[in-house]
Amino acid sequence: MRSNTWIPMMAGLLALLAGGADAAPPGEIHVSISQFTFRPPVVSIAAGDTVTWVNDDAEEHTVTATDRSYTSSALDAAETFSHRFTAPGTYQYFCALHPHMAATVVVK
Amino acid sequence: MLNELARVDRRRFMQCLAWAGTGLVWAARGGVLSSTILGEASAAADFTFAQISDTHVGFAGNANPDAAGTLADSITGINALTPRPAFILHTGDLTHGQKAGAFDTLAESLKAVRTERIFYVPGEHDVFLDGGKDYLARHGRGTFGGGWQSFDYGGVHFVGLVNVLTYKAGVGGALGLEQLEWLRQDLAARGASTPIVVFTHVPLWALYPAWGWTTADGEEAIGMLRRFGSVTVLNGHIHQVLQKIEGHITFHSARSTAFPQPAPGATATPGPMTVEAGELRRLLGVRQVLYTQSSARLAAVEHPLA
Repeated sequence: MRSNTWIPMMAGLLALLAGGADAAPPGEIHVSISQFTFRPPVVSIAAGDTVTWVNDDAEEHTVTATDRSYTSSALDAAETFSHRFTAPGTYQYFCALHPHMAATVVVK
Repeated sequence: MLNELARVDRRRFMQCLAWAGTGLVWAARGGVLSSTILGEASAAADFTFAQISDTHVGFAGNANPDAAGTLADSITGINALTPRPAFILHTGDLTHGQKAGAFDTLAESLKAVRTERIFYVPGEHDVFLDGGKDYLARHGRGTFGGGWQSFDYGGVHFVGLVNVLTYKAGVGGALGLEQLEWLRQDLAARGASTPIVVFTHVPLWALYPAWGWTTADGEEAIGMLRRFGSVTVLNGHIHQVLQKIEGHITFHSARSTAFPQPAPGATATPGPMTVEAGELRRLLGVRQVLYTQSSARLAAVEHPLA
Protein backbone atom coordinates (compact mmCIF):
# COMPACT_ATOMS: atom_id res chain seq x y z
CA MET A 1 0.00 0.00 0.00
CA ARG A 2 1.07 3.50 -0.67
CA SER A 3 0.70 4.72 2.92
CA ASN A 4 2.75 1.81 4.24
CA THR A 5 5.87 2.91 2.41
CA TRP A 6 5.27 6.62 2.98
CA ILE A 7 5.28 6.44 6.77
CA PRO A 8 8.80 4.99 7.18
CA MET A 9 10.14 7.60 4.70
CA MET A 10 8.67 10.43 6.75
CA ALA A 11 10.07 8.95 9.91
CA GLY A 12 13.50 8.75 8.34
CA LEU A 13 13.34 12.39 7.24
CA LEU A 14 12.28 13.53 10.73
CA ALA A 15 15.14 11.53 12.25
CA LEU A 16 17.57 13.26 9.88
CA LEU A 17 16.24 16.73 10.75
CA ALA A 18 16.43 16.02 14.48
CA GLY A 19 19.75 14.22 14.22
CA GLY A 20 21.94 16.99 15.75
CA ALA A 21 25.56 17.81 14.91
CA ASP A 22 26.57 14.43 13.54
CA ALA A 23 23.93 14.41 10.85
CA ALA A 24 23.97 18.17 10.07
CA PRO A 25 25.67 19.35 6.89
CA PRO A 26 29.00 21.21 7.38
CA GLY A 27 28.45 24.82 8.45
CA GLU A 28 29.22 27.95 6.52
CA ILE A 29 30.54 30.93 8.47
CA HIS A 30 30.67 34.45 7.10
CA VAL A 31 33.38 37.04 7.75
CA SER A 32 33.04 40.60 6.51
CA ILE A 33 35.99 42.67 5.33
CA SER A 34 35.12 46.27 6.04
CA GLN A 35 37.06 49.42 6.92
CA PHE A 36 40.31 47.44 6.48
CA THR A 37 39.28 45.00 9.22
CA PHE A 38 38.19 41.35 9.25
CA ARG A 39 34.94 41.21 11.21
CA PRO A 40 34.84 39.34 13.49
CA PRO A 41 38.63 39.09 13.95
CA VAL A 42 38.33 35.59 15.45
CA VAL A 43 35.85 32.94 14.34
CA SER A 44 35.47 29.53 15.98
CA ILE A 45 34.24 26.74 13.72
CA ALA A 46 34.01 22.98 13.59
CA ALA A 47 36.30 20.85 11.45
CA GLY A 48 34.79 20.58 8.00
CA ASP A 49 33.16 24.02 8.14
CA THR A 50 33.68 26.53 5.37
CA VAL A 51 34.44 30.21 5.98
CA THR A 52 33.24 32.66 3.36
CA TRP A 53 34.66 36.15 3.32
CA VAL A 54 32.92 39.02 1.56
CA ASN A 55 34.72 42.24 0.73
CA ASP A 56 32.46 45.06 1.94
CA ASP A 57 35.13 47.70 1.23
CA ALA A 58 35.49 49.60 -2.03
CA GLU A 59 39.22 48.75 -2.05
CA GLU A 60 40.67 45.35 -2.98
CA HIS A 61 41.67 42.96 -0.23
CA THR A 62 42.93 39.39 -0.06
CA VAL A 63 42.42 36.50 2.32
CA THR A 64 45.85 34.89 2.61
CA ALA A 65 47.05 32.23 5.04
CA THR A 66 50.01 33.41 7.07
CA ASP A 67 51.77 30.17 6.09
CA ARG A 68 50.77 30.86 2.45
CA SER A 69 48.87 27.53 2.24
CA TYR A 70 45.99 29.31 0.48
CA THR A 71 45.18 32.77 -0.84
CA SER A 72 42.33 34.47 -2.57
CA SER A 73 42.95 36.68 -5.54
CA ALA A 74 42.54 40.43 -5.02
CA LEU A 75 38.86 40.65 -4.13
CA ASP A 76 36.98 43.57 -5.60
CA ALA A 77 34.06 45.17 -3.78
CA ALA A 78 31.35 42.58 -2.97
CA GLU A 79 33.47 39.66 -4.18
CA THR A 80 33.68 36.58 -1.97
CA PHE A 81 36.21 33.87 -1.20
CA SER A 82 35.61 30.58 0.59
CA HIS A 83 37.95 28.12 2.27
CA ARG A 84 37.08 24.84 4.03
CA PHE A 85 39.00 23.98 7.18
CA THR A 86 39.25 20.22 7.68
CA ALA A 87 41.62 19.81 10.63
CA PRO A 88 41.43 21.27 14.17
CA GLY A 89 43.90 24.04 14.90
CA THR A 90 44.41 27.79 15.09
CA TYR A 91 44.90 29.37 11.68
CA GLN A 92 46.19 32.91 11.18
CA TYR A 93 45.45 34.79 7.98
CA PHE A 94 45.90 38.33 6.73
CA CYS A 95 45.40 40.63 3.77
CA ALA A 96 48.48 40.33 1.56
CA LEU A 97 47.92 43.88 0.32
CA HIS A 98 47.42 45.41 3.78
CA PRO A 99 49.43 43.24 6.18
CA HIS A 100 48.24 45.11 9.24
CA MET A 101 44.88 43.40 8.61
CA ALA A 102 45.33 40.09 10.44
CA ALA A 103 42.76 37.68 11.91
CA THR A 104 42.25 34.11 13.11
CA VAL A 105 40.16 31.03 12.43
CA VAL A 106 39.94 28.54 15.34
CA VAL A 107 38.88 25.05 14.22
CA LYS A 108 37.64 22.73 17.01
CA MET B 1 59.12 62.97 13.71
CA LEU B 2 57.59 61.66 10.54
CA ASN B 3 58.02 64.63 8.35
CA GLU B 4 61.58 65.74 8.64
CA LEU B 5 60.98 68.68 6.36
CA ALA B 6 60.53 70.61 9.57
CA ARG B 7 64.30 70.56 10.00
CA VAL B 8 64.80 72.61 6.88
CA ASP B 9 64.95 76.30 7.52
CA ARG B 10 61.37 77.47 7.37
CA ARG B 11 61.95 80.57 5.30
CA ARG B 12 63.88 78.63 2.69
CA PHE B 13 61.21 75.94 2.64
CA MET B 14 58.47 78.49 2.08
CA GLN B 15 60.48 80.03 -0.76
CA CYS B 16 60.58 76.64 -2.42
CA LEU B 17 56.88 76.11 -1.95
CA ALA B 18 56.22 79.46 -3.51
CA TRP B 19 58.43 78.60 -6.43
CA ALA B 20 56.00 76.61 -8.49
CA GLY B 21 55.95 75.04 -11.91
CA THR B 22 59.40 73.62 -12.53
CA GLY B 23 60.14 71.23 -9.70
CA LEU B 24 61.39 71.13 -6.16
CA VAL B 25 64.85 69.75 -5.57
CA TRP B 26 65.84 68.03 -2.37
CA ALA B 27 69.55 67.40 -2.19
CA ALA B 28 71.43 65.42 0.41
CA ARG B 29 75.11 65.88 1.02
CA GLY B 30 76.91 64.72 4.10
CA GLY B 31 73.60 64.07 5.77
CA VAL B 32 72.24 67.58 5.34
CA LEU B 33 69.04 67.84 3.39
CA SER B 34 68.71 71.09 1.55
CA SER B 35 66.54 72.51 -1.14
CA THR B 36 67.75 74.25 -4.25
CA ILE B 37 66.37 75.23 -7.63
CA LEU B 38 66.31 72.87 -10.54
CA GLY B 39 68.47 74.94 -12.89
CA GLU B 40 71.52 74.90 -10.60
CA ALA B 41 71.29 71.21 -9.93
CA SER B 42 70.69 69.95 -13.46
CA ALA B 43 73.40 72.11 -15.01
CA ALA B 44 76.02 70.45 -12.83
CA ALA B 45 74.71 66.88 -12.99
CA ASP B 46 76.99 64.13 -14.30
CA PHE B 47 74.05 61.89 -14.96
CA THR B 48 70.40 61.64 -14.07
CA PHE B 49 67.94 58.83 -13.67
CA ALA B 50 64.21 58.74 -13.02
CA GLN B 51 62.00 56.88 -10.59
CA ILE B 52 58.52 55.70 -11.51
CA SER B 53 56.43 53.88 -8.93
CA ASP B 54 53.12 52.24 -8.15
CA THR B 55 51.77 52.20 -11.69
CA HIS B 56 49.05 49.77 -10.46
CA VAL B 57 48.03 48.71 -13.96
CA GLY B 58 44.48 47.42 -13.75
CA PHE B 59 43.38 49.87 -11.05
CA ALA B 60 39.80 50.96 -11.68
CA GLY B 61 38.71 52.56 -8.42
CA ASN B 62 37.01 55.87 -7.79
CA ALA B 63 40.29 57.55 -6.83
CA ASN B 64 41.32 57.71 -10.49
CA PRO B 65 38.90 56.97 -13.32
CA ASP B 66 41.75 57.05 -15.85
CA ALA B 67 44.87 55.41 -14.38
CA ALA B 68 45.95 54.39 -17.89
CA GLY B 69 45.85 58.05 -18.91
CA THR B 70 47.89 59.28 -15.96
CA LEU B 71 50.46 56.54 -16.63
CA ALA B 72 50.72 57.68 -20.24
CA ASP B 73 51.14 61.28 -19.05
CA SER B 74 53.83 60.18 -16.60
CA ILE B 75 55.73 58.55 -19.45
CA THR B 76 55.38 61.73 -21.49
CA GLY B 77 56.76 63.57 -18.45
CA ILE B 78 59.80 61.28 -18.25
CA ASN B 79 60.45 61.74 -21.97
CA ALA B 80 60.42 65.51 -21.47
CA LEU B 81 63.13 65.44 -18.79
CA THR B 82 66.44 67.10 -19.55
CA PRO B 83 68.95 65.70 -19.55
CA ARG B 84 67.52 62.37 -20.66
CA PRO B 85 67.62 59.89 -17.75
CA ALA B 86 70.31 57.24 -18.14
CA PHE B 87 67.88 54.64 -16.81
CA ILE B 88 64.62 54.28 -14.90
CA LEU B 89 63.95 52.64 -11.55
CA HIS B 90 60.45 51.19 -11.09
CA THR B 91 59.91 50.80 -7.36
CA GLY B 92 57.10 48.27 -7.45
CA ASP B 93 53.38 47.66 -7.67
CA LEU B 94 53.67 47.46 -11.42
CA THR B 95 50.23 45.85 -11.40
CA HIS B 96 47.10 46.22 -9.31
CA GLY B 97 46.69 42.86 -7.61
CA GLN B 98 48.24 40.89 -10.51
CA LYS B 99 45.15 41.47 -12.63
CA ALA B 100 45.16 39.35 -15.79
CA GLY B 101 47.21 40.95 -18.55
CA ALA B 102 48.48 43.80 -16.37
CA PHE B 103 52.19 42.95 -16.66
CA ASP B 104 51.85 42.83 -20.46
CA THR B 105 49.96 46.12 -20.58
CA LEU B 106 52.65 47.85 -18.51
CA ALA B 107 55.48 46.39 -20.60
CA GLU B 108 53.76 47.68 -23.73
CA SER B 109 53.27 51.15 -22.20
CA LEU B 110 56.86 51.44 -21.00
CA LYS B 111 58.22 50.72 -24.49
CA ALA B 112 57.55 54.40 -25.11
CA VAL B 113 60.04 55.50 -22.42
CA ARG B 114 63.17 56.97 -23.96
CA THR B 115 65.94 55.49 -21.81
CA GLU B 116 68.55 52.75 -21.96
CA ARG B 117 67.05 50.42 -19.41
CA ILE B 118 64.40 50.03 -16.71
CA PHE B 119 65.28 48.28 -13.44
CA TYR B 120 62.48 46.85 -11.32
CA VAL B 121 61.73 45.75 -7.78
CA PRO B 122 58.33 44.19 -7.08
CA GLY B 123 55.56 45.44 -4.83
CA GLU B 124 53.21 43.20 -2.88
CA HIS B 125 50.59 43.62 -5.62
CA ASP B 126 52.99 41.93 -8.07
CA VAL B 127 53.83 38.80 -6.09
CA PHE B 128 51.17 37.86 -3.52
CA LEU B 129 49.20 35.57 -5.80
CA ASP B 130 51.98 33.34 -7.12
CA GLY B 131 54.94 34.07 -4.85
CA GLY B 132 56.54 36.21 -7.55
CA LYS B 133 56.72 33.57 -10.28
CA ASP B 134 55.30 35.70 -13.09
CA TYR B 135 57.21 38.80 -11.96
CA LEU B 136 60.54 36.96 -11.80
CA ALA B 137 59.99 35.33 -15.19
CA ARG B 138 59.73 38.85 -16.62
CA HIS B 139 62.16 40.85 -14.52
CA GLY B 140 64.32 38.33 -12.68
CA ARG B 141 67.15 38.08 -15.20
CA GLY B 142 70.46 39.17 -13.70
CA THR B 143 69.04 39.31 -10.18
CA PHE B 144 69.62 37.12 -7.13
CA GLY B 145 67.23 35.13 -4.92
CA GLY B 146 63.81 36.72 -5.01
CA GLY B 147 64.83 39.47 -7.44
CA TRP B 148 67.32 41.56 -5.47
CA GLN B 149 70.18 43.07 -7.45
CA SER B 150 72.98 45.59 -7.60
CA PHE B 151 74.86 47.47 -10.31
CA ASP B 152 77.27 50.35 -10.68
CA TYR B 153 76.71 53.42 -12.79
CA GLY B 154 78.84 56.53 -13.03
CA GLY B 155 80.62 55.82 -9.75
CA VAL B 156 77.40 55.22 -7.82
CA HIS B 157 76.48 51.79 -6.44
CA PHE B 158 72.79 50.93 -6.88
CA VAL B 159 71.08 48.23 -4.82
CA GLY B 160 67.55 46.95 -5.47
CA LEU B 161 65.99 45.28 -2.43
CA VAL B 162 62.82 43.14 -2.37
CA ASN B 163 60.76 43.47 0.81
CA VAL B 164 57.42 42.06 -0.32
CA LEU B 165 58.03 38.32 -0.84
CA THR B 166 57.86 37.43 2.83
CA TYR B 167 55.27 39.99 3.84
CA LYS B 168 54.64 39.54 7.52
CA ALA B 169 51.06 39.38 8.81
CA GLY B 170 50.43 42.14 11.30
CA VAL B 171 53.76 43.85 10.47
CA GLY B 172 54.54 44.78 6.87
CA GLY B 173 57.49 44.28 4.54
CA ALA B 174 60.45 42.03 5.28
CA LEU B 175 63.81 41.38 3.63
CA GLY B 176 64.67 37.96 5.09
CA LEU B 177 67.97 36.47 6.19
CA GLU B 178 69.09 35.32 2.73
CA GLN B 179 68.76 38.80 1.26
CA LEU B 180 70.35 40.50 4.27
CA GLU B 181 73.36 38.18 3.97
CA TRP B 182 73.58 38.94 0.24
CA LEU B 183 73.44 42.67 1.04
CA ARG B 184 76.18 42.32 3.65
CA GLN B 185 78.48 40.71 1.07
CA ASP B 186 77.48 43.12 -1.68
CA LEU B 187 78.35 46.16 0.43
CA ALA B 188 81.50 44.65 1.97
CA ALA B 189 83.51 45.30 -1.18
CA ARG B 190 82.55 49.01 -1.38
CA GLY B 191 84.50 51.84 0.12
CA ALA B 192 82.72 54.20 2.51
CA SER B 193 83.10 57.05 0.00
CA THR B 194 81.07 55.23 -2.66
CA PRO B 195 77.66 56.91 -3.02
CA ILE B 196 74.93 54.31 -2.50
CA VAL B 197 71.40 54.38 -3.91
CA VAL B 198 68.98 51.79 -2.54
CA PHE B 199 65.65 51.29 -4.29
CA THR B 200 62.86 49.21 -2.82
CA HIS B 201 59.07 49.14 -2.55
CA VAL B 202 57.97 49.37 1.08
CA PRO B 203 59.73 52.01 3.22
CA LEU B 204 62.78 50.45 4.91
CA TRP B 205 62.18 52.47 8.05
CA ALA B 206 59.17 52.44 10.37
CA LEU B 207 57.31 55.18 8.49
CA TYR B 208 53.86 54.22 9.79
CA PRO B 209 53.68 50.68 11.23
CA ALA B 210 49.96 50.97 12.08
CA TRP B 211 49.31 50.75 8.33
CA GLY B 212 52.10 48.27 7.65
CA TRP B 213 54.28 51.03 6.14
CA THR B 214 57.47 49.52 7.51
CA THR B 215 59.99 46.75 6.87
CA ALA B 216 60.25 44.34 9.81
CA ASP B 217 64.01 43.81 9.44
CA GLY B 218 64.72 47.07 7.59
CA GLU B 219 66.80 48.36 10.48
CA GLU B 220 69.37 45.62 9.83
CA ALA B 221 69.82 46.85 6.27
CA ILE B 222 69.97 50.47 7.43
CA GLY B 223 72.67 49.46 9.94
CA MET B 224 74.82 48.12 7.09
CA LEU B 225 74.44 51.43 5.22
CA ARG B 226 75.49 53.72 8.08
CA ARG B 227 79.22 53.61 7.37
CA PHE B 228 78.76 55.14 3.91
CA GLY B 229 79.07 58.89 3.45
CA SER B 230 76.16 59.27 1.04
CA VAL B 231 73.15 56.97 0.98
CA THR B 232 69.88 57.68 -0.83
CA VAL B 233 66.97 55.29 -0.27
CA LEU B 234 64.11 55.51 -2.78
CA ASN B 235 60.85 53.71 -2.16
CA GLY B 236 57.24 53.64 -3.32
CA HIS B 237 54.22 51.98 -1.69
CA ILE B 238 52.76 55.00 0.13
CA HIS B 239 51.87 57.05 -2.98
CA GLN B 240 53.13 60.39 -1.68
CA VAL B 241 56.36 62.33 -1.34
CA LEU B 242 57.91 62.09 2.11
CA GLN B 243 61.51 62.70 3.11
CA LYS B 244 63.41 61.68 6.19
CA ILE B 245 67.05 62.12 6.98
CA GLU B 246 69.05 60.01 9.38
CA GLY B 247 72.78 60.70 9.57
CA HIS B 248 74.12 60.32 6.03
CA ILE B 249 71.04 58.42 4.85
CA THR B 250 68.19 60.19 3.10
CA PHE B 251 64.87 58.41 2.54
CA HIS B 252 62.51 59.51 -0.25
CA SER B 253 59.04 58.05 -0.74
CA ALA B 254 57.60 58.59 -4.23
CA ARG B 255 54.30 59.50 -5.80
CA SER B 256 52.28 56.89 -7.68
CA THR B 257 51.17 57.36 -11.27
CA ALA B 258 47.78 55.77 -10.47
CA PHE B 259 46.22 57.12 -7.26
CA PRO B 260 47.17 59.04 -4.10
CA GLN B 261 47.04 57.74 -0.55
CA PRO B 262 46.43 59.74 2.64
CA ALA B 263 49.19 61.09 4.85
CA PRO B 264 50.07 58.62 7.62
CA GLY B 265 47.21 58.49 10.10
CA ALA B 266 45.30 61.33 8.43
CA THR B 267 42.30 59.05 7.82
CA ALA B 268 40.98 55.83 9.34
CA THR B 269 42.37 53.62 6.57
CA PRO B 270 45.23 53.82 4.04
CA GLY B 271 43.00 53.18 1.02
CA PRO B 272 43.15 55.06 -2.28
CA MET B 273 42.34 58.70 -1.57
CA THR B 274 39.64 60.29 -3.67
CA VAL B 275 40.27 64.00 -4.16
CA GLU B 276 38.67 66.70 -6.27
CA ALA B 277 39.27 66.23 -9.97
CA GLY B 278 41.51 69.28 -10.24
CA GLU B 279 43.67 68.10 -7.36
CA LEU B 280 44.42 64.56 -8.55
CA ARG B 281 47.20 65.33 -11.01
CA ARG B 282 49.09 67.36 -8.41
CA LEU B 283 49.36 64.18 -6.34
CA LEU B 284 50.57 61.86 -9.13
CA GLY B 285 53.87 61.93 -10.97
CA VAL B 286 57.47 60.81 -11.22
CA ARG B 287 60.84 61.73 -9.74
CA GLN B 288 64.11 62.73 -11.37
CA VAL B 289 67.39 62.20 -9.52
CA LEU B 290 70.51 64.15 -10.44
CA TYR B 291 74.01 63.07 -9.49
CA THR B 292 76.98 65.40 -9.32
CA GLN B 293 80.26 63.54 -8.97
CA SER B 294 82.39 66.48 -7.85
CA SER B 295 80.22 67.03 -4.80
CA ALA B 296 79.05 63.38 -4.42
CA ARG B 297 75.63 64.95 -4.32
CA LEU B 298 72.28 63.40 -5.21
CA ALA B 299 69.29 65.62 -5.70
CA ALA B 300 65.69 64.45 -5.97
CA VAL B 301 63.42 66.50 -8.20
CA GLU B 302 59.70 65.91 -7.93
CA HIS B 303 57.66 66.14 -11.13
CA PRO B 304 53.93 66.01 -10.41
CA LEU B 305 51.65 65.74 -13.45
CA ALA B 306 50.22 69.17 -12.69
